Amino acid sequence: MTDSTAVPDKGTDDQGILTGVEQLSPEKIERIINEVLSSETGAKLKVYVDTCVSCGLCSEGCHFYLSRDKDPKFSPAAKVKQTMWEIMRKKGKVSPEFIKKAAVVAYTQCNLCKRCAMYCPFGLDIAYVLSVMRRICHRLGVVPLYIQDTAHSHSVTGNQMWVKDDEWVDTLMWQEEEARDEVPNLRIPLDVEGADTFYSVIGPEPKFRAQLIYQAAMIMTAAGEDWTMPSTPGWDNSDMCMFTGDYEMMERLKKMHFEAATRLKAKRIVMGECGHAFRSVYDMGNRALGWKMPPIPIVHAIEYYHELFSQDKIKIKKKFDRPVTLHDPCNIVRGRGLHEMARSVVNSTCKTFIEMTPNREHNYCCGAGGGVINCGPPFKNARVESTKIKAEQLFAAKAKGAEVVIAPCHNCHGGLEDVIHHYGVDMELKFLGDIIYEIMEIPE
Amino acid sequence: MYDIYAIITGPLAWLSFAVFLGGSLYRFISLYQLARKKDGAVFQYMNLAYALRSIAHWLTPFGARNMRLNPVMTVVTFSFHIALFIAPLFVFAHVVLLEESFGIHWITLSDRVADILSMVVVFSCIFFFARRIMRPEVKYLTTWVDIVILIIVAAPFATGVWVFHQWAGFPTMTLVHILSGELMLAIIPFTKLFHMFLFPFTRGYIGSEFGGVRMAKDW
Ligand code: SF4
Ligand code: SF4
Ligand code: SF4
Repeated sequence: MTDSTAVPDKGTDDQGILTGVEQLSPEKIERIINEVLSSETGAKLKVYVDTCVSCGLCSEGCHFYLSRDKDPKFSPAAKVKQTMWEIMRKKGKVSPEFIKKAAVVAYTQCNLCKRCAMYCPFGLDIAYVLSVMRRICHRLGVVPLYIQDTAHSHSVTGNQMWVKDDEWVDTLMWQEEEARDEVPNLRIPLDVEGADTFYSVIGPEPKFRAQLIYQAAMIMTAAGEDWTMPSTPGWDNSDMCMFTGDYEMMERLKKMHFEAATRLKAKRIVMGECGHAFRSVYDMGNRALGWKMPPIPIVHAIEYYHELFSQDKIKIKKKFDRPVTLHDPCNIVRGRGLHEMARSVVNSTCKTFIEMTPNREHNYCCGAGGGVINCGPPFKNARVESTKIKAEQLFAAKAKGAEVVIAPCHNCHGGLEDVIHHYGVDMELKFLGDIIYEIMEIPE
Repeated sequence: MYDIYAIITGPLAWLSFAVFLGGSLYRFISLYQLARKKDGAVFQYMNLAYALRSIAHWLTPFGARNMRLNPVMTVVTFSFHIALFIAPLFVFAHVVLLEESFGIHWITLSDRVADILSMVVVFSCIFFFARRIMRPEVKYLTTWVDIVILIIVAAPFATGVWVFHQWAGFPTMTLVHILSGELMLAIIPFTKLFHMFLFPFTRGYIGSEFGGVRMAKDW
């Protein structure tokens, strides 16, 4: 038996956390904690904390625990023990040192993937409890440097990657021009009022993966979609503020996004292959704004592709012929049940599909989610160490013949890239869009 | 001896029932009010059909993946909880007491079965205890409160078996039996034992979220 103690880490060297902690006093900590607890939480948090019978059954749910050779500190309940249990037991009377360790646990040792809620007999939502811890850390100004930088970018530019307004439009025009070499009449229609589909992407697309916009334009054109993209802020559907605990900013961002779509009187928002952005639009951001469900229908790329294939809107030359396996991104599988649609799209586009196990709702997270990858280099090694179980899963799929991993989520790409590289898995990573673009009949 | 007996079967028994009922009611009402004030969304997303779907899966032995991953634990927890409820409610001696005091009665278990059920509870508690000190992930979470609660839960059943078999000193054990039973009842509202009442709500809520919003299974 141990009394509640935080992970005896070697100490973090993250400057965001360290500088934040330097400015803390016990009084401030107590005041902020109690403010958050009394004004923002209620029976839900209380019940989650009081009901836990410390049976440890949630451990099996967490890839951190499984990857770290079943180190008890990494079980979901243990992470709560090192953070919110202690805080609630002491009614906020905790030290700056405690906050430092709690921040490391809450921001970097949980992907908020909600898998453990399916393993705890009571369905206790540990991800929610750790989000409250993050919220407290945000209010205390103790946030890992790199992710806080993306949050700053969000508040200055409305997007995650410091993309300036003119750079955004430039990028779209550049991609349009490139694509016109292939399809002379192709357009990336900007600000078209009343279009059926408002297409939004995440900040990193124009910044690092502009070819994805190119591919999306190809697919939309081939499908004869009546679509548009906004030239104004609101084009970025991603949201790191949701993960830092900056809920005020999350609300602003989601508002910008929804309003960009409603201003153009779009019938629905189709979004690119991203998991966390989907979570922010479909689950957390809309709720924060008071919408039980999103104010405009939200269609994730997988659902959109599914529509294309089930309604025969797109023709393929021939199926992708290398054996593929599919990574189920938590945010759209445990977040929106898109796993069967994803399989249907894979089967429509690929010749050989090999399942990873466990899969669907039970799939392991890639280790990047919940903003963990966005906490950057100071936590990279620890993150990759916590994905051993994912690597084993990939190796098993590879042993069955899979050569390509399809991951229909940006974050998962980042995470899996590191897993594949670190553990020497040697498989190729692709988006579903990559595959569709590769095999589809290019329109005239 | 008789005086003590009179006290613990009289006023103390009433007290423990009152604390149990009053305390549970108090906790329910205060949690409900807090939820109404602070967690309005919970009521929005609660969905009876999905809540029941999830609860049904989790009340079915091996109905969730995690139960299949931990077969021994699954068998023990299910038998423990079943025995824990059935034994005290239907043991002949209890029903006779009820009949004498209030003139009400219901079906009873044969002594043999009641004895076995009580032993199931006791051995389960020993299993849980062993798990708490041997499995690192459980040990890490365990506090002395957990152990004390485990003892309080095991006590009425262990002493019940003792009294039933009339082992040495059983008259004293009868007192301990009644007292520990009352104690267990009285602490339910104020300890983790309250999970018995919260289970339908926590499970039901996550079931509703998964079913209604996330469109995914949660078992
Ligand atoms: S499984 Fe649930 S009740 Fe058990 S320790 Fe984990 S969170 Fe607590
Ligand atoms: S939400 Fe995911 S990462 Fe976080 S504790 Fe649960 S299983 Fe682990
Ligand atoms: S990055 Fe992908 S796998 Fe990881 S939490 Fe997000 S959706 Fe899940």
